[in-house]
Amino acid sequence: MSHCRKRCKRQLTKVFRLFYRFLTGTLEKDSVEDDFELSTVCHRPEGLDKLQEQTKFTKKELQVLYRGFKNECPCGVVNEETFKTIYSQFFPQGDSGAYAHFLFEAFDTNKNGSVSFEDFVFGLSIILRGTINDRLNWAFNLYDQNKDGCITKEEMMDIMKSIYDMMGKYTYPCMHEEAPREHVESFFQKMDRNNDGVVTIDEFIETCQKDENIMQSMQLFDNVI
Amino acid sequence: MAAGVATWLPFARAAAVGWLPLAQKTMPKPPVDKKSRSDEILFVNVSGLRFQTWKNTLDRYPDTLLGSSEKEFFYNEETQEYFFDRDPEMFRHILNFFRTGKLHYPRHECIQAFEEELAFYGIIPEIIGDCCMEEYRDRKKENQERLAEDTEAENAGDAPLPPGATLRERLWRAFENPHTSTMALVFYYVTGFFIAVSVIANVVETVPCRPIKGSIKDLPCGEKFSVAFFCMDTACVLIFSFEYLMRLYAAPSRCDFARSVMSVIDVVAILPFYIGLVMPENEEVSGAFVTLRVFRVFRIFKFSRHSQGLRILGCTLQSCASELGFLLFSLTMAVIIFATVMFYAEKGTKGTNFTSIPASFWYTIVTMTTLGYGDMVPDSIAGKIFGSICSLSGVLVIALPVPVIVSNFSRIYHQNQRADKMRAQQKVRQARIRMAKKGATNAFLQHKEDGGLQDGDSGSTALCVKNRSAFEHQHHHLLHCLEKTTNHEFTDEVTYSEVCMTDSVGFRTSRSTSLSSQQGATTSCCSRRAKRRAIRLANSTVSVSRGSVQELDTLHITKTPAGTQYPQSRSSLNARTEDLKLNCDDYTAAIISIPTPPANTPDESLPNSPAIPGILRNSRSNTYNIQETVKISSL
Repeated sequence: MSHCRKRCKRQLTKVFRLFYRFLTGTLEKDSVEDDFELSTVCHRPEGLDKLQEQTKFTKKELQVLYRGFKNECPCGVVNEETFKTIYSQFFPQGDSGAYAHFLFEAFDTNKNGSVSFEDFVFGLSIILRGTINDRLNWAFNLYDQNKDGCITKEEMMDIMKSIYDMMGKYTYPCMHEEAPREHVESFFQKMDRNNDGVVTIDEFIETCQKDENIMQSMQLFDNVI
Repeated sequence: MAAGVATWLPFARAAAVGWLPLAQKTMPKPPVDKKSRSDEILFVNVSGLRFQTWKNTLDRYPDTLLGSSEKEFFYNEETQEYFFDRDPEMFRHILNFFRTGKLHYPRHECIQAFEEELAFYGIIPEIIGDCCMEEYRDRKKENQERLAEDTEAENAGDAPLPPGATLRERLWRAFENPHTSTMALVFYYVTGFFIAVSVIANVVETVPCRPIKGSIKDLPCGEKFSVAFFCMDTACVLIFSFEYLMRLYAAPSRCDFARSVMSVIDVVAILPFYIGLVMPENEEVSGAFVTLRVFRVFRIFKFSRHSQGLRILGCTLQSCASELGFLLFSLTMAVIIFATVMFYAEKGTKGTNFTSIPASFWYTIVTMTTLGYGDMVPDSIAGKIFGSICSLSGVLVIALPVPVIVSNFSRIYHQNQRADKMRAQQKVRQARIRMAKKGATNAFLQHKEDGGLQDGDSGSTALCVKNRSAFEHQHHHLLHCLEKTTNHEFTDEVTYSEVCMTDSVGFRTSRSTSLSSQQGATTSCCSRRAKRRAIRLANSTVSVSRGSVQELDTLHITKTPAGTQYPQSRSSLNARTEDLKLNCDDYTAAIISIPTPPANTPDESLPNSPAIPGILRNSRSNTYNIQETVKISSL
């Protein structure tokens, strides 16, 4: 009962205060301090020499990469939104948001919601300068969303759908609803040796190494930078 | 495409590693960059302006870009200097901060540009010195307000509705933004007209008309033509009720709508009529009913939906609520004071009008607002003195809050103007963005047509293909990889719509049948090629032969502007493709070979046989299956 009364009193005082302010002409209070948004914390990468040791890029390549990175993100880290915006500029016809999300998860190795320059460069070093096995490992990591060592059909379906979404609506031939699913089925047929419904890393690497197409395609990364 | 994005292209290409294991075909070969990409180094410092400073100066603030080892990333060995591709004018201020310890805000610069520079160099804006801090904060607030309006204008609801909108959503949209559809506009004007008619009828009702024959008294028109007025009133009320019910039905949140000001006005406008219908014809009750008719005048407020100025006025009054409240309060105070004084001053006078203090209120108000009707006038000297003081103070008290109200009105009015301008600009901006996007995809499609995707030797590459920049090469290669991964191709809107149109007609050919020599059967893909050359060719009727998407290998024969004829490139083609050798003047065929995966073998060819009179003119060969495109389907 006293709780009720307290609330009543509080409401009444509020009404009175409002009325008083109405009479005296001070209804709008100018906030005394403007909210200072704390400027985003700048992240600075480790030294150029250290990065050169840890990755397989030369100094010049690191410089070029950093300049581009810094231009887009002066605060030194990319958050997912910026990441998606940048990636979507290369695929104007479709929606690359989902695939960009998976990429972001793959680059953000320490799972802190932002990709720093080091994460970025480490990832690129593996893809562009690593051995074929490294690249396959990285791709497997991309597909395996919960990092448990095997790709389930659902995970692969998500990835496949995101890739097909990047094509957009205007494709030739017209895009089926079922196209990603069929693709996933054929992928599992190829990769899943023991037919247990998941693709493990060994099955994946083994099958990819035997597939000429994939081996040949891997060479396309040799002179990206 | 923005130049800044070019630096991210290597990343996007590297990210393609995620597609490789999924692709069922080999990726196309990457473009070879013949000339070494020279760095974009100019032999200058900050975009041309050379600055020199001690190292200690920069080391003073180790948590900035210039003070830490981060600047090594920008070091140019050849010219032995640090190069920054930023605004040299702004850099002056940044460097001054290092030198003097005080950051100044240049008044003539855009505040966002300034903040971006600060963010780049790792300096927090709070360090701005006191001399410039106030200006900085004011400009920042103004900018934020403007940006807030931008986002508001975006969400103003002018965007086209999603295609799956229900009737309710469409109705609501039509009511809220009448300029979106013609029906809504018509309804909008009709209701406006009827509001005007109703208000005018209410007014004219009371005008005295000539009396009916045999009577002397002047009758108000309302009683003379009571039937006519009643009909008009009924019609108006019916329309208003209908409109109100429609709005109630369409509102996304009926509760909120019912509580909004406009809906209250609507209800108040139509309620008296219904109450009058229900009311019995007694004497005492109809007195009250007559006063209800007064509420009919509220119909005029319905105009505020139609007039933006009215809304602005209402908005102003709302925002000036505190000033108005103060005005009211101070007036009341003054009235009471002066009324009391006048009453006691005039108490002695005989036959005075100032019978009581409340009676003196009327005199005080009339005097303070400088109306001066003259129905109550003080007689005694003291009364006259206090009366003059009253009128002088009245002028002051009323004049004070008025400028505040006026400035508020002006601010809100300009805000509205700006919002309208923003909305108009937004449309143009969106259109520009769409054009840019389309330009990018068109560039890719054009590139494909020009045979840029073939794996042939570079000697036979068409000129137009060669002239593309390295960036475009790589970007197109990336898009091509995506096409290979998903086994679909990018097209444009036109061809997509017609392809899918004919799809829905149901013309399907089974994969396994060969239609090699059917003249009547027009199965061809890539009718879009025909469409594009519509100037020279008549359109052929097309349909798409459908097969399983993943198991089609398509060969496209495209025409290149160059006059060379391309040899058939490697692939396991059937002999049928000899049919494709065209000996026409203008046409050459470039065959893009798609390396087929070992599992699939191309089966048969489905040549199309369009009857294109235009080509017949140019053809000289007898064996013409003038085909522009040939599809080979493999099972």
